[in-house]
Formats: sequence, structure tokens, C-alpha cells
Amino acid sequence: MSRIVIVGGSLGGLRAAEALLAKGWEGGIVVISAERHPPYTRPPLSKGLLAAAPDIAAVELRRRPETDAVDWRFGVSAVHADLEARRLTLSDRSVIAYDGIVAATGVRPRRLPERVTRNGFTVRTLDDCTALRPSLSQGTRLAIVGAGFIGCEIAATASALGCGVDVIALDRAPMVMPLGEVVGAAVQRRHEARGVKFHLGRSVRTVDSSASGHILSLDDGSRVECDVFVEAIGSQPCVEWLEGNGLDLTDGVECDNSMRMGGRSGAVAVGDVARFPNPLFDDVPRRVEHWQMATETAARAAATLLADLSGTPAETKPFRPLPWFWSDQFETKLQSFGSPALGERAEVLEGDLAGEAAIGYHRGKQLVGVVLLGMPKAAPRLRREILDSLSLEPA
Amino acid sequence: MIISVDLDVCQNYGQCVFAAPEVFDLDDNAELVYQAEAPDSSRGEIEAAVTACPVQAIRIVG
Ligand SMILES: Cc1cc2nc3c(=O)[nH]c(=O)nc-3n(C[C@H](O)[C@H](O)[C@H](O)COP(=O)(O)OP(=O)(O)OC[C@H]3O[C@@H](n4cnc5c(N)ncnc54)[C@H](O)[C@@H]3O)c2cc1C
Repeated sequence: MSRIVIVGGSLGGLRAAEALLAKGWEGGIVVISAERHPPYTRPPLSKGLLAAAPDIAAVELRRRPETDAVDWRFGVSAVHADLEARRLTLSDRSVIAYDGIVAATGVRPRRLPERVTRNGFTVRTLDDCTALRPSLSQGTRLAIVGAGFIGCEIAATASALGCGVDVIALDRAPMVMPLGEVVGAAVQRRHEARGVKFHLGRSVRTVDSSASGHILSLDDGSRVECDVFVEAIGSQPCVEWLEGNGLDLTDGVECDNSMRMGGRSGAVAVGDVARFPNPLFDDVPRRVEHWQMATETAARAAATLLADLSGTPAETKPFRPLPWFWSDQFETKLQSFGSPALGERAEVLEGDLAGEAAIGYHRGKQLVGVVLLGMPKAAPRLRREILDSLSLEPA
Repeated sequence: MIISVDLDVCQNYGQCVFAAPEVFDLDDNAELVYQAEAPDSSRGEIEAAVTACPVQAIRIVG
């Protein structure tokens, strides 16, 4: 029987299996998953789940009944894929021969250099969340290195639990890369109003750890003392297992618009690890670390893979998914449509930054992204405006 | 087919509205409203809505 192997058993891996089955794949499917848990959803790990008690039952992804036929192998990882020979070597030294392969290995947290410290927590997996949770209680002094989405969400969650929170980051404003300085600063003020302290434009030089806690020395000579610290300084795609195949692995695995890795037949990638061009914006391949994009890329990748394996032409319609993500920080519900990071300028379209607001991001005449702070009712209308604007010729 | 949404879990992010606009909508207070019964011809869209929901609030119950 022919076989598709999916490497990575999280959201992207599950969605790929579901899409392959829904599109009529009748061969076998094997999922290789480094984690010991069944597929679960990560967004609550920095939000509600961290506030409550970490528990797989609360985050497990519901699987369609058809996926019972899938051969799930938890707690084993892929070490090397030979795309030419179509063989995958696993950490238990076994080798799987396959016909088609899906890369769904996502990302892992980037870490502070080992010579600086090995004592920080990270929040990527359920086990990470379970390990951190007992350290957070009323009065805990928590430092967070990094002011991206995950860092800011942990800051809000921990602050609501009664922790004293310091956030240290190189950037000039929190979430400056995806949101820009104006919106980042507006979210920063909301955090500060709840007692979160920011040390921006600063990096951590050294960490002194002792029984009574940690002292983080920053590059301006100041110090942050804490009981626990979390490293939330970004991510690194898990691509080592794909080395030696001549693929471009500089930031995730480069894919074509059909999600084929390096344009190879029978080999696709999905989710956080995949760097692909989206003609909605331009022809530059980019990774998109959004929950929704795992599902969208999985559907397209599954269609491509099935076409390749059956020798029929792949879908010719360009793959142009509109990116979307959400973030909850204190009472603020933030949503982002499109690609605000591609904007050259941001302007408040509706509302005001102290309360609820819709912010538009323009590149030339095009509206490339919208960020909503609250304002859920405006979402369908502004989403439509982005799509209409992007379907016009570039300005 | 019969649809059920756990409105205590729902965060009104509206992803289902984009996936299956004939079944799901946001009302004037931006709260989710939906039709509990939909024709079988909408199955594909409703399954897409189930998958798109970031908090797994939607179920097809019959
Ligand atoms: C704390 C947190 C909060 C988030 N909040 C939001 C949010 O609010 N909104 C939003 O849109 N997105 C959010 N995200 C992002 C979202 O969770 C990701 O986009 C999504 O998980 C991507 O799914 P994936 O399957 O591509 O990758 P991952 O979820 O990273 O899964 C990859 C899996 O592959 C496994 N793996 C890696 N290497 C190997 C190997 N060699 N062999 C076998 N298995 C391997 C990994 O262990 C992992 O289980 C959040 C992420 C985190 C961590």
C-alpha cells in the first residue's frame, strides 16, 4: 500500500492528515511526532491554560473520526529525510519508506546563549506550560525576556495572577515587528496601567542565579531581580532533519506557491515551518506563524501532494490565503488581518488607540493589513476592504 | 444537519462567519448568532467553520 508520512503531529500535522483523508487518500498515513501528547492547540498555553491548571484535556484538538485510521507515533522524531530515495530515518533508528511526505515540524523557541544562562523557562509546549505554572503565584517576581506576542501574553496572564512582571526587550515597542510602533506603544500603555514594567531597547548581558532568585544585568548597567524568568525571544524553525537535500533552509523550508518544498514533487510543507510566497502581497516567500495558516497551508499542501502522487496536474489557481491571527492581553482582544508588517505607514481608521480602534497599514495605495483592538463588529467589513484593495494592481 | 455552538466558549472571533456566512453571523453587539439547522448541501462550509474555529466551540451533532 502506498504511504504518506507526516512529520510533526501538532496542528499542521493533524490538519494535513484530515485534508488528505477528506480529499480521498486511500493509502496509509503515518504521523511522526516528537511530543508524547496527541495533537493539541497552543494559543491557551500563554493565556487561559497558564492562568488555570495545565491539562491536555483542555487543549487537545478534536480529531475527525476518519483520523483513527492514521498510524500516530508519539514520542519519536525524524532525524533525516532522504527526499530522493523517499526514506525517513527516525530517532529510534528505524527507517520508513514513503511515497509522499509532509513537513509539519513547526518551530522551537530561540534561546539566550548558553554562556549567559540555562535557567530560563520557555513556553512552546504543554510540558513547558506545566513546568512554569507552579512558579507563578501572588507576589512572584517574573521577568520576561522578549516583548513579542507570546511574551506580552504571558506578561498579562502572570500579572492577572498577581505576579510582579518586568519585560525586557531590544525593540523600541512591544510587538513592534508585526504591529508597528504606534500600536505597540498603545498596547504597552495598557500593560503599564496594570503594573507591568518595560525595559525597552535593552538586552540581557548576564544572569546571576542563586537560591534566592536571579539577577538579570542589562546592557545599560541596570539590573532586574526576579524569582523566575521566561525567554520569549522568538523562534527557530525545526528543519535540521531536512538537511542534505539541497533545500533552502535559511528560515524554515522554502516552498513554492503549491507548498512543495524546493519545488520537489511529492514533498510538501505546512504551518509555521513553511516559507512560501503569497501572491496576494508579492512573490517573496515568508513564514507565517499564525494558528489559522496551519489549516490553510495544510489544505493546499494536501491537494498538491495528492495530485503529485496520482500524476495529475496540481491546482493552477494561485494560493492566496489572507493571514489572520488573534491575541488576548488583559481585556484587549486583538486581531490582525492581512500583513501589517508589510505596511509602510499605519493610521487609525476608526476609534481611538486609548479605547477600541481599527488601524490600517498601507503599502503604496494598497491596504495590506488591519489590526483591531476590540471592534469585532468591524472585522468582516475591513477584511473585505483588504481583499478588495489587494486585488487591484499594485500602486 | 444539526449544529451546536458552545456560546460560553465562543470568543466571537467570527472565523465561522467567513467560512459559512449562510449559517453564522455576528449580531449588532458583535455576538455570534447561528442557525442550528442547515441543509446537507452546506456540509463542506460548515466543516470548514468547525475547523477554523480557534476555540473548538462548534460541533456538528446530527
Ligand atoms: C504560547 C503560544 C501562543 C500562541 N498564541 C497564538 C494566538 O493567539 N493566535 C495565533 O494565531 N497563533 C498563536 N500561536 C501560534 C500557533 O500555535 C502556531 O501557529 C501553530 O501551533 C503552528 O502549528 P504547526 O503544526 O505548524 O507547528 P507546531 O505547533 O510547532 O508543531 C510542530 C510539531 O512538530 C514536532 N516536531 C518538531 N521537530 C520534529 C521532528 N524532527 N520529528 C518529529 N516531530 C517534530 C514538534 O515537537 C511539534 O509537536 C501561539 C503559539 C504559542 C507557542
